[in-house]
Amino acid sequence: MKKKLSLIISLVLTCSLMLTGCGKNDNNGNSASNGGNSLYVYNWGEYIDPEVIDMFEEETGIKVIYNEFEQNEDMYAIIKAGAVNYDVVCPSDYMIEKMISEDMLQELNYDNIPNITNIDETYLKSAEGFDPGNKFSVPYCWGTVGILYNTTMVDEPITSWGALFDEKYSGDILMMDSVRDAYMIALTYLGYDLNSTDEAQIEEATELLKSQYPLVQAYVVDQVRDKMIGNEAAVGVIYSGEAIYTQRENPDLQYVVPEEGSNVWIDGWVIPKNAQNKENAEAWINFMCREDIALLNFEYITYSTPNKGARELIEDEDIKNSEIAFPDASILSRCKTYNYLGEEMDALYINKFNEVKY
Amino acid sequence: MNNENPLRNEIVTQDKKAKKKNVPASAKNKTLLATPYGLWMAAFIIIPLILVLYYGLTDGNGNFTLDNLTLIANPINRKALWLSLKLSVISTVICLLLAYPLALILKSMKLKDNSFIVMIVILPMWMNFLLRTIAWQNILEKNGVINTILEALHLPALNIINTPTAIVLGMVYNFLPFMILPIYNTLAKIDDNVINAARDLGANGWVTFKRVIFPLSMPGVISGITMVFVPSLTTFAISTILGGSKIVLIGNVIEQQFQKLGNWNTGSGLSLVLMVFILVSMTAVAKYDKDSEGTNAW
Repeated sequence: MKKKLSLIISLVLTCSLMLTGCGKNDNNGNSASNGGNSLYVYNWGEYIDPEVIDMFEEETGIKVIYNEFEQNEDMYAIIKAGAVNYDVVCPSDYMIEKMISEDMLQELNYDNIPNITNIDETYLKSAEGFDPGNKFSVPYCWGTVGILYNTTMVDEPITSWGALFDEKYSGDILMMDSVRDAYMIALTYLGYDLNSTDEAQIEEATELLKSQYPLVQAYVVDQVRDKMIGNEAAVGVIYSGEAIYTQRENPDLQYVVPEEGSNVWIDGWVIPKNAQNKENAEAWINFMCREDIALLNFEYITYSTPNKGARELIEDEDIKNSEIAFPDASILSRCKTYNYLGEEMDALYINKFNEVKY
Repeated sequence: MNNENPLRNEIVTQDKKAKKKNVPASAKNKTLLATPYGLWMAAFIIIPLILVLYYGLTDGNGNFTLDNLTLIANPINRKALWLSLKLSVISTVICLLLAYPLALILKSMKLKDNSFIVMIVILPMWMNFLLRTIAWQNILEKNGVINTILEALHLPALNIINTPTAIVLGMVYNFLPFMILPIYNTLAKIDDNVINAARDLGANGWVTFKRVIFPLSMPGVISGITMVFVPSLTTFAISTILGGSKIVLIGNVIEQQFQKLGNWNTGSGLSLVLMVFILVSMTAVAKYDKDSEGTNAW
């Protein structure tokens, strides 16, 4: 009897726990749609100046509930599950394309985003690669992928992805441990499209990466920063936003976007279909497009801003004219954004990349 | 041993008698007190296990399938599993070889207050496990602490970072306390009279160890092996940090399924296979334990 009772109690309690879990979300949704004065923001970690959030709250009176994600895929899973209704989210290019293709986003009403005029036409055009007509997204930050090299450890300036496959640098190469970026490098070096879905080309890229494996010191993503600063390797693959930081710490480092071309990525604000506070979300996007706000964010996170007004306001001439933060058109013209290749292609790429490591 | 059992039974029956008087109150208290634990078990052990089982045996649309389990046979996953098994067996053996003598030494020190020992063993664990592993990365790196010292002494550099050796080192370092503590605990509990009796009966030091001390410490050895082998087999953090992502263990494959592909079904399926491997090896170890106990009874 006693056992049964405690079992029942625990079952009931567990169920109620789960129910309160669901109930909470309902409440959130309701209060938001009724009260209408809150905003659920979902952004990358360390991707905003925290002061900006306070300023937004103060100026608009909208209460911001701010959460962070680490990878596009994490964010996608949360939004897809629909357990939490975020009003405004900041995914990357190919993920925006995926979400558009799955009808997860709402069209933006540009009447509520007059500050869009601050965004440089070039980036709006680039963004059309994944969001035709800029209907669903407004660019927030962008950057390129390139080679960071230590001038004291190489003989000549590096200009080609070929340096990453050069036996001369065996053991001194840090390769990107991110599937799409690794394949982008191999495919571009071979002269193929970085969004290739041709299995023969992917196979050829895989073979190239396999031949590179013995030369690689380590496959890294964020750690490339500290390793390059600490003179651990001669060449490494890095995102442009991080390159500026590493140069400040170690003046021997040089960043280059290789001549074969590279990836340019854009993270943009979007509004999910199940958002409860669309107008607040648009107010947020508009606020983010304001030049002084974009400048605050740029100075805090050092990732390039597409905001031309903000760039004008940068006081440090070196940064303002930095080739890394603001590459000129000739560099950008050889860079492309990633496209969403579909679930099967994603899996193929990942499996092939695992094959490389054997 | 045979003499002990009736004695114990007697104590237990006495205990029962003593308790019988106030059964209702204490039983009620017990169930009440056990409820939070029951809840905890249900919410964080049973339900997640059921979810893993469900995801592992279904495809994306919720239909029953065994594909997720058979994926382990794919050459990449098979190699990853094989390498994981190899590395975790090696690190378990090294841990055992390091921990047992240490535990014997600690026992022979006969410290009255053994909190000192516990402190020494546990102290590194006060720091976060990832932090300690990253520290090892800095120690082993090309321009790391060890190589700087070696260079100053004009000795050849040590190049083990980003190799399986570094991963084994990381595993041994991180999991060694889990081997020392259980072995030390069982050794400390062995009555000195038992050992003296063996010596009186003419056993020399080695025979005493082989026939008396080691068999009596088996429970500690078994739990030590379990506590080192299981986390070593499933780790993905150590192989990423000390292996420079150049070496893919089965833990990395599973992590990738969840984090990069968002494929919970395959990830769960592979986890299930891994659980089977752990179960099988644990049963094998436990069986060996039983067998050896049987022979010792003679």
